[in-house]
Amino acid sequence: MSRTTLDLWVGIFVAMGIAALLFLALKVGSISGAEIRSPYTLTAHFDNIGGLKARAPVKSAGVLVGRVEQIRYDNERFQAEVVFTVDGRYKFPVDTFANILTSGLLGEQYLGLEPGGEEKTLAPGETIKKTQSAVVLEKLISQFMFDKAAEGEPAPAK
Amino acid sequence: MGGGIRKLGSVAIDVVWQLGFIARFFWLILVYSGQSFTRLNLTIRELYFSGVLSLLIILVSGLFVGLVLGLQGYEILQRYGSSDSMGTMVALSLLRELGPVVAGLLFASRAGSAVTAEIGLMKVTEQLKAMDMMAVSPIARVVAPRFWGGVISMPLLAAMFSTMGIFGGWLIGVVFIGIDDGAFWSQMQAAVDFRYDVLNGVIKSCAFGVAVSLIAVFQGYDCVPTAEGVSRAITRTVVSSALAILALDFVMTSFMFRGL
Repeated sequence: MSRTTLDLWVGIFVAMGIAALLFLALKVGSISGAEIRSPYTLTAHFDNIGGLKARAPVKSAGVLVGRVEQIRYDNERFQAEVVFTVDGRYKFPVDTFANILTSGLLGEQYLGLEPGGEEKTLAPGETIKKTQSAVVLEKLISQFMFDKAAEGEPAPAK
Repeated sequence: MGGGIRKLGSVAIDVVWQLGFIARFFWLILVYSGQSFTRLNLTIRELYFSGVLSLLIILVSGLFVGLVLGLQGYEILQRYGSSDSMGTMVALSLLRELGPVVAGLLFASRAGSAVTAEIGLMKVTEQLKAMDMMAVSPIARVVAPRFWGGVISMPLLAAMFSTMGIFGGWLIGVVFIGIDDGAFWSQMQAAVDFRYDVLNGVIKSCAFGVAVSLIAVFQGYDCVPTAEGVSRAITRTVVSSALAILALDFVMTSFMFRGL
């Protein structure tokens, strides 16, 4: 086989390989889409984090704004401490509400941020004060059962 | 009793000796690489033989693996009413595991065995010795170009395998079954992370490329210079490449994807 045909085939091969890599990077995995730029960290304490994991998304109004970095147990407050990063482009008021929510009925859990009305915004490293724990299905069901059972009984004598 | 222990000792010494030989061989290849890169057309020729000629088997197998993943994935996912996430399943399983591993196994049996046979036959016909006599290093002239040809083509082939597989999954999911095209791609893009999934897969395929190419050239260079020796060396190439790929894959997966 002559040198030029060889070069042509190898060129086609390498070009195809690079095209496949680009396809995987751009079309299959979004290299640019959900990138978090110049992140800053915030902290929140929860009574119960449910199934929240490190790397879980942080969303506000359903839009991805950051990721959970680290989950620790705070032995002084007996609470879970969740450290997460937020995209530097987004600022949240100091009275922002942090919830642990579930996407869909069986989906993954994420940290939802509901901005409050304050003018002042959270500085990097600050702690969110208002939090709501994850909904534990067992507790919810047992509460419901208890309420139902209490309904059926006559009111206890005072 | 004493005989058994002596035998264990001799096996251990053999294994250590072999490992040391492979390591020194690898080092020699790296040392002579510069010399062989000055004649780049040798490497390009090997890129043609191990890369371009493996294209057909890689592309067709990738397509079929993707088609099967599509059918099996749909069969399981529709039980949970989440057939929309089929794209995610196909893409993640191909990028993380199946792409590098199956492409590596195919590459070992298609290109690795050919390289072993070629170098082994050169040894049988004393071409390697003749080169040495003419002060041409057989490692720079014969071994290093074949090694680098394999190392370069392996990640490219694995990427093409994954791409074809995803296309196969798309064909089954979107074209035949009728999953929404937008949901297929958007769920895939939401779940596949460039660094975590794509890049780790590429790193895996590079490691497999080095392992397979090293085993192939070593077995060819080390073979007993008879017809039987060459055929045994080819068998050993395919068997030990497959074992090396699967074992390396387990080790790398356990480091890369721990679910944190």
